Amino acid sequence: MTPRAIAELIQSKFKPEVAEITEFGDQVSVLVNKTRILEIMSFLRNSSELYFDYLTDLCGVDYQGRKNERFEVVYHLRSILHNHCIRIKAAIPEKDCKIDSVVRIWAGANWHERECFDMYGISFTGHPDFRRILMPDDWEGHPLRKDYPLKSDLGEAEWKGFKEVLETVERNKKYEVR
Amino acid sequence: MLKKKELSINMGPQHPATHGVLRLVLELDGETVVKCTPHVGYLHRGTEKLGENRTYPMALPLTDRLDYVSSMSNNIGYCVAVERLLGIEAPARAKYIRTIMAELTRIANHIVWIATHALDIGAMTVFLYSMRDREWILDLYEMVCGARLTVTYPRIGGVRCDIDQEFMDSCYKFIEDFPKRIEEYETLIDQNRIWLQRTVGVGIISAADAINWGLTGPTLRGSGVAYDVRKAAPYDAYDQIDFEVPVGKNCDVYDRYRCRMDEFRQSISIIKQCLDKLPDGLVLASEAPPYDMPIGKPRVMPGHPMGEILPGELVEEKVPFDELYSATEVPKGELGFYFVNDGTARPYRMRIRAPSFVHASVLPKLCEGSLVADVIANIGTIDIVLGECDR
Repeated sequence: MTPRAIAELIQSKFKPEVAEITEFGDQVSVLVNKTRILEIMSFLRNSSELYFDYLTDLCGVDYQGRKNERFEVVYHLRSILHNHCIRIKAAIPEKDCKIDSVVRIWAGANWHERECFDMYGISFTGHPDFRRILMPDDWEGHPLRKDYPLKSDLGEAEWKGFKEVLETVERNKKYEVR
Repeated sequence: MLKKKELSINMGPQHPATHGVLRLVLELDGETVVKCTPHVGYLHRGTEKLGENRTYPMALPLTDRLDYVSSMSNNIGYCVAVERLLGIEAPARAKYIRTIMAELTRIANHIVWIATHALDIGAMTVFLYSMRDREWILDLYEMVCGARLTVTYPRIGGVRCDIDQEFMDSCYKFIEDFPKRIEEYETLIDQNRIWLQRTVGVGIISAADAINWGLTGPTLRGSGVAYDVRKAAPYDAYDQIDFEVPVGKNCDVYDRYRCRMDEFRQSISIIKQCLDKLPDGLVLASEAPPYDMPIGKPRVMPGHPMGEILPGELVEEKVPFDELYSATEVPKGELGFYFVNDGTARPYRMRIRAPSFVHASVLPKLCEGSLVADVIANIGTIDIVLGECDR
């Protein structure tokens, strides 16, 4: 099926949920409401004519300053059987920064969702092992947000964990073999 | 009565068999792995954030540092994606050259893979033989661009410089010579009893599970799924080349090894066809962006006053955003780039879908319930590079 036909099928099936269909080149994205995301995704996964068995990618995007929802979670789906693909986007408002997890449908979403949380602070409800992945566990902030500084605003100040490292080194000195 | 307690041990981050800085926390019941928790992120350099603050040509060298054993393929993946986004068509000669380079990189990557995988399992000789052969490919890289590891040879809209007769001769000699080298590796391990015991029936993942977990590349094809981006959505010259996609059927470590060995032969056949068919002409499109690409202004809706968009001002006025996902088949699997573009020369969002990241996430599935020694075989078989995993 062509991406356009898939988008129209989704629109006919989930009429009130689909907010927008956009096209660029031969790729089509469908912007949907986040409340029924699990239902939409299960339909895409299980329907025999679509059969999107392979979740290529899942990521977040931050449209800071936009009038409506600030974040979007972007799903790239592909059907290996039918060799067609589609992009689904779910808008996430800043105040209610969470969406249902799709790990139950595609196990591969596990780490992608953790990364999306790590980088954008979007929570995924129902995720089996929800914590940061690339940044350290005690990291503050979400680096890929547009308001996160590219460089430190601390200037010459030391990294706050540095003192702790020095103390550990000092403490372990007595075990050193000379 | 004696109490049973699981022993939890750390494998890595500094462990020779974890191929970089991967840390696995294993909970063991005797020799059996009960639970395996991978920890990644030690090599996180924020490539996506850096890319969003650079112009498209400036972000190209960042992609070298993702998967540093096959940097050429990453460059090509990035260039193909940006070309599709900006609507640039690379000349035919450049496409063929890039296909040759991509396949040389596939061979180089699989050489490193077989070397380290065999070394982890205990066959040291393969390592020495294959490092000797990789040297030739690195020399070929050096011939075309002067660099051996982080090459940045392809450019958006083509390649940096043309290949010469010396390269062609050396490349022909290589593809003539290399099949004998593959046979050498196979003589060493293919029928080796220890190798068979360590790989056959180990790390089994069914085809349905492999797709569900998002595996790609030879790791997926070992489970019998013939999914290859080069066939499913061809780029560069792959639609004019005749090649097969080798698949396994037993879904285990041995079949994935066989898949990669067969890919060696397919790659050689692709290189040969490309060299024979290599068209004449330019190697860089005339509309290719210069290195100092002007940043430009974000696209605006009609009626909006042109000018610098201040922070806090509504971004909505400068939509529509272009969005594009572009995938290429790198040696490890499907490397995808997702760009959101607002009309400037800098991506609004650059997302890298790294195969190693997805493959590392499947480790608990492969390892849990198996022996602790098989963890090493499983890490080797999914072929991960942590630079790409952590980005």
